[in-house]
Amino acid sequence: MSAIFEVRNLKRSFGGLAVTNDVSLAMAPGDRVALIGPNGAGKTTFVNLVTGNLTPDSGEVRIGGEDITRVNAIGRVRRGLVRSFQVTRLFQDMTPAEHVALAILQRDGRAGRLFGNYLAMPEVMAEVGDLIGKLGLRDQMHRRVREIAYGQQRLLEIAVALALKPRVLLLDEPAAGVPQSDTGRIEQALADLPPDLAVLMIEHDMDLVFRFARRVIVLAAGTIIFDGSPSDATKDPRVREAYLGSYANAGHAA
Amino acid sequence: MTMATMNDALAAARGNRRKLGRDLAGLFVILALAVVGYLLFPNNLALLTRMTAIALLVLSLDLVTGYCGVATLGHAALFGTGAYTAGIAAVHFGITDPLLMLACGILGGVVAGLLCGAVILRAHGLPQLVLSIALIHLFHEFANKASSWTGGSDGLAGIAPDPLLGLFAFDLWGRTAYVFGIVLLAVVFALLRLVVRSPFGMLCRGIKEDPIRIRAMGASPKVTLIKMYMISGAVAGAGGALNAISTQVVGLDSLSFTLSAESLVMLVLGGTGSLFGALTGTIVFMFFEDIVSAANPFHWLTMVGALLIAVVLFAPKGLYGTIAAVAARWQEARR
Repeated sequence: MSAIFEVRNLKRSFGGLAVTNDVSLAMAPGDRVALIGPNGAGKTTFVNLVTGNLTPDSGEVRIGGEDITRVNAIGRVRRGLVRSFQVTRLFQDMTPAEHVALAILQRDGRAGRLFGNYLAMPEVMAEVGDLIGKLGLRDQMHRRVREIAYGQQRLLEIAVALALKPRVLLLDEPAAGVPQSDTGRIEQALADLPPDLAVLMIEHDMDLVFRFARRVIVLAAGTIIFDGSPSDATKDPRVREAYLGSYANAGHAA
Repeated sequence: MTMATMNDALAAARGNRRKLGRDLAGLFVILALAVVGYLLFPNNLALLTRMTAIALLVLSLDLVTGYCGVATLGHAALFGTGAYTAGIAAVHFGITDPLLMLACGILGGVVAGLLCGAVILRAHGLPQLVLSIALIHLFHEFANKASSWTGGSDGLAGIAPDPLLGLFAFDLWGRTAYVFGIVLLAVVFALLRLVVRSPFGMLCRGIKEDPIRIRAMGASPKVTLIKMYMISGAVAGAGGALNAISTQVVGLDSLSFTLSAESLVMLVLGGTGSLFGALTGTIVFMFFEDIVSAANPFHWLTMVGALLIAVVLFAPKGLYGTIAAVAARWQEARR
């Protein structure tokens, strides 16, 4: 299958330090990829380069075959490259329904309308209800975000991203900060993501990584040191040395 | 239709009805206060009309500051441009129909909004505030220097609007101007209630809270804010035009830093991010100012200052904001 998302020889240095060093990867629709690496490996810089929040020194980013390296962050979202945030970025005084409705209206080019109310738009409300229902937030849909639990806010982050109908979804630690008791709901949401959506997930929770991903990319010192199946990742000596350590020795995924 | 979808639709309909009810209540309050004002102060309609014009300025400021989080101390630039545009149209181009003068004022306000927005939105926080102050001084100085058009420090006099709709002359007691102002305020208020609840209004609230999140949704905060600045310019320009039509003179004070700062004070007094708050702040501030300046011409500014300190310390959400918060808590407790 042809690649929906490609990164070719991406490089970025800060001063003399190469934070992203000749990184290349390709993803097809439906891929479930986890990007892992120790702290300081360059994961956040990589996400910022890919989403257009940082400009690379060299290299290319492509979506659906189109070179988007010079396209700004907003243009990339409009082309289907959507991200969620490691630290929840939601509007505390808005409701989950408003968040999702706003994303739907923005996707459809209707967010600039001066008149009309999403509550009176049946097709928008139907989609809002559907998405919110799938993520188990129906009881909270008309409550303010500040009043709902953090785990539910993480789910809302995913709902907002899905409302934009992405072709490629970058999930930045979707379970970060979520109590252990609530991670099951996040895992279920990840398992229910549309099958044709290419998903690149950055995550430190190795249990979640190995349950979710069919492919693991390991980044260390700005370079990809491993790209393959999760089971092979645990056996790779470079990965063990750079990152996995005790997890691989404990034999969780082996 | 599933049960869940039906429940959502019912909840949506209830929400819509509640909001429509608040819109109608708002309009009713404006019209009721207008009638009360007319009956209580028949000899002071000029003050009430001035209050209406300033209410439009404060509503306009609320759009960019309260709803979008833009810090500005130069918003009178939009109001004054509207006033001068309407006045210049009448004096130099013979456009004396009040509705056409109003249209000129709105157009002037939109252009000033575009200009101010393009400059102010290039910065954030304190630099943004400084830019806005610089702009109001530039506008003021420009109007002062272009005296052949604006009358400079003498003001632009000789504005003689035709009777409204060809029927109602602008009389000495200011009745026509007062009714014209109240109708204008009610129409603007109703339109703004629709705008702040629209998808665009939702987008603006989002930008105020987190522009990065909005960018991650694929929307441009800058384009949105400039659009809001233009809408705000239209509202302030309408206020300026009303002032020009009712007083039949435009002075440099309509483009002053003092007026900008006072409008911000009125907004904070009433409560930011709410159209009702903007109206409350204007009415309370201007009445208080009028009463205490008459009662004590030497220390009235001290009293105004004391009122502001009391509100900021004890009702940081503003008068309306605090009352609304208490009412919301009471409603929550009743459920």
